[in-house]
Amino acid sequence: MMARREANADRAKALLRVEDLTVAFGAGRDRRQVVRGVSFEVAPGECFAIVGESGSGKSVTARTLLGLPGASSHVTATRLELRGKSVLHHRDRDWRRVRGREVGFVLQDALVSLDPLRTVGREIAETLRLHRFGGGARRRERVLELLTAVGVPEPELRSRQLPHELSGGQRQRALIASAIALDPPLVIADEPTTALDVTIQAQILDLLQAMKERGTGLILISHDLAVVSRLADRIAVMRDGRLVEEGAVADVLTQPRDPYTQALLDAVPAAHRKGTRLSNVPPRPVHAGHCSEPPADGIVLQADSLVKRFGGPDGVERAAVEDVSFTIGVGETLGIVGESGSGKTTTARLALALLQPDAGTVRLAGERWSEATEAQRRPRRRRISVVYQDPLGSFDPRWTVRRIVEDALPTDVYPDSAARHRRTRELLADVGLGDEHLGRRPLLLSGGQRQRVAIARALAPEPSLIVCDEPVSALDVTIQAQVLDLLADLQQKLGLSYLFISHDLGVIHHVADRVLVMRDGGVVESGTATEIFETPRDPYTRQLLTSLPAVEPEPALGGQS
Amino acid sequence: MAVNVADAVAMRSGLQIRDAHAFRPTVYVAALFLALVLAWAVVPSAFTSGSPFDTDIEAALRGPSLDHWFGTDASGRDIYTRVVFGARSSLLIGVAATALALLAAIAFGFAAGLGGRICDGAISRFLEVVLALPGLLLALLFIAMFGPGVATEIVAVAIGSAAGYAWMVRGQVIAVKGSDYVSAATALGHEPRRIVAQHVFPNAMRPLVVLATMGVGQSIVWASSLSFLGLGVAPPAPEWGAMLDAGRDFVSTAWWLELFPGLAIIGCTLAVTVLGRYLQQRLEGRLT
Repeated sequence: MMARREANADRAKALLRVEDLTVAFGAGRDRRQVVRGVSFEVAPGECFAIVGESGSGKSVTARTLLGLPGASSHVTATRLELRGKSVLHHRDRDWRRVRGREVGFVLQDALVSLDPLRTVGREIAETLRLHRFGGGARRRERVLELLTAVGVPEPELRSRQLPHELSGGQRQRALIASAIALDPPLVIADEPTTALDVTIQAQILDLLQAMKERGTGLILISHDLAVVSRLADRIAVMRDGRLVEEGAVADVLTQPRDPYTQALLDAVPAAHRKGTRLSNVPPRPVHAGHCSEPPADGIVLQADSLVKRFGGPDGVERAAVEDVSFTIGVGETLGIVGESGSGKTTTARLALALLQPDAGTVRLAGERWSEATEAQRRPRRRRISVVYQDPLGSFDPRWTVRRIVEDALPTDVYPDSAARHRRTRELLADVGLGDEHLGRRPLLLSGGQRQRVAIARALAPEPSLIVCDEPVSALDVTIQAQVLDLLADLQQKLGLSYLFISHDLGVIHHVADRVLVMRDGGVVESGTATEIFETPRDPYTRQLLTSLPAVEPEPALGGQS
Repeated sequence: MAVNVADAVAMRSGLQIRDAHAFRPTVYVAALFLALVLAWAVVPSAFTSGSPFDTDIEAALRGPSLDHWFGTDASGRDIYTRVVFGARSSLLIGVAATALALLAAIAFGFAAGLGGRICDGAISRFLEVVLALPGLLLALLFIAMFGPGVATEIVAVAIGSAAGYAWMVRGQVIAVKGSDYVSAATALGHEPRRIVAQHVFPNAMRPLVVLATMGVGQSIVWASSLSFLGLGVAPPAPEWGAMLDAGRDFVSTAWWLELFPGLAIIGCTLAVTVLGRYLQQRLEGRLT
């Protein structure tokens, strides 16, 4: 009896109460339920996180709470209350009053969410104007207040700039400023840090933390358990439109009840999981090809003092890569980690000799590579292949999976079409795809399947080195786990070397034997994975590592340099 | 699984995607009409017993009747027969001019897109100059130099539209050349010739298929315009534009002289455009 009264008292305080929310799209036969009976509450000063993979319905849930579920949607709920008032039957006009004033919304990509033709100051002032906040001078004052509050340096100057003139972190701050302009008691943030580099992400998470401490209720939508564990009080795990698990952060992270939550947690590459499998998919037998002889000195690729400059829009040349040297041994994985613009991808293209270095040399298997002519390189290109971040873009859109893989087979090894077809099926089996995928076009495959096709194509020429440029960055964490396991299996069985590029320190730690940390085109630090991740010497590496949110039940130590 | 991905995308964009396979009556009507016009062009005598040149002064300028479905002109020639026989030259000019324009466009576009910076610069400047002039003006200029006739009309119409296509081909070639799949093919060690043949050419041409289909309709209108101005097919040969020209003086008294050839031109253009759009949706639904 007491308990119930307390619960009732708790409920009265709740900022948001959602009971049995369902959202469906389409009509008649085509109707699909995307959110199926979701219930939760958010109290002031509390951060409630909804975690799920793509298609789980988490974003639709967030948008529904703003009255923006999308076209041809059908929303039902037994209760949908904001500060004790039902918003279930709100019309567009009513919702417009709610948005901004009672609920703030922070979107993922600030560059597309901010009007490119409007200065940041006017963008924020617009929210104020729509809700009739003060006069022009008062609004300008408030804009500067907000920009200062979210930690944008030189708010006077920034408020007069256009979104593209700001850095990614500043843009995201400006977007948050416009979301909290009217001090809404509830803020919904949909993947607020996903597009950001780790150091910037850490700053934004600190900002959200400060808002929470001031009493703002926060709903955080994310695919990343590590990000939410740093901020959330309670976590709900969403899958196929349902909340499969909900509870306090520590409970969900340390004693997950649902097997899906466990799988999600297992899939996160973290320090203590190096050398173990991330997914529960067992290794498959691999069909060996006619592997080329390993180089006598055991070095597959050697890069010496690479320099590459590009002309900027202002005509000034900038070094994208400056004095980068590395070697990759047989069966070894070299990880390159760095934030956006650090020169990782340029380094990969130099290694592939798709770009010519302005200075320095690359040698492949002991022979000239960057200094050879393209005609000399062409027959040797099968020793080094590549997996891109966006597999779909790396396939000819007209081609079927079969043609994509067959096209990459060396003609001298597989001269007739029967042999090519057999080998293609073997390669697809190696990456975990079946014959039913042969005739499909990549567009009709899932993200994970596409990346498997890309790996099969990279294996087809039987290379000794595969350059992987952010190969798992576009994938959900459970799919990422499967692909990382697959790459590890292939390496073990075929003796492959990888040049593995990622912005994700966790992934690099998991896969790499040796690591190169890059910043502004240069190598900041290099060494074995253990050295880099356990005893980093360079301050920048340390900063990267402390910025990295980890799945930990205890709140991470805040306020690092 | 496969379907779910596409669905999810459709959902996120909040758009209703039209089913490419749904029954669309306009597409069928357009296809039927084009089939009819094509049949007129191939075997005109199967549709009419008369000759387009048979004059009958007695029956001049008669309105539509059972004997003369579309009426007769000032020389008593049967308009229906002339519209049927006119299909051949209209379609021929439309298709041939578009084909010629495409050939020139592919040559220029690929040379610019693949030929290096100097070649691209030269061709691009040339195309910009040509694009700055109205296409019809170029066509008129060409006819003024080489005299009227079917062949010059085809070339004239082609010149008028080639630059636009060439500009597009160039852009496509450059876009495809910079794509990840071309760099993937380069990384596999494929010969440049093979990459152009396998990837650049077909993918750069893809949007052109649709555009060219609609371009046929445009060319038919242009060809008719030139004939109307007396610069194309010369009377008394049956040609829709020339027929419009011949009926110009009687437009207030004998409306059928203008209506039926005009309907034929509009019908052809519309039908081709409808089919072109349908093709576009089918291709896009399948490929992008």
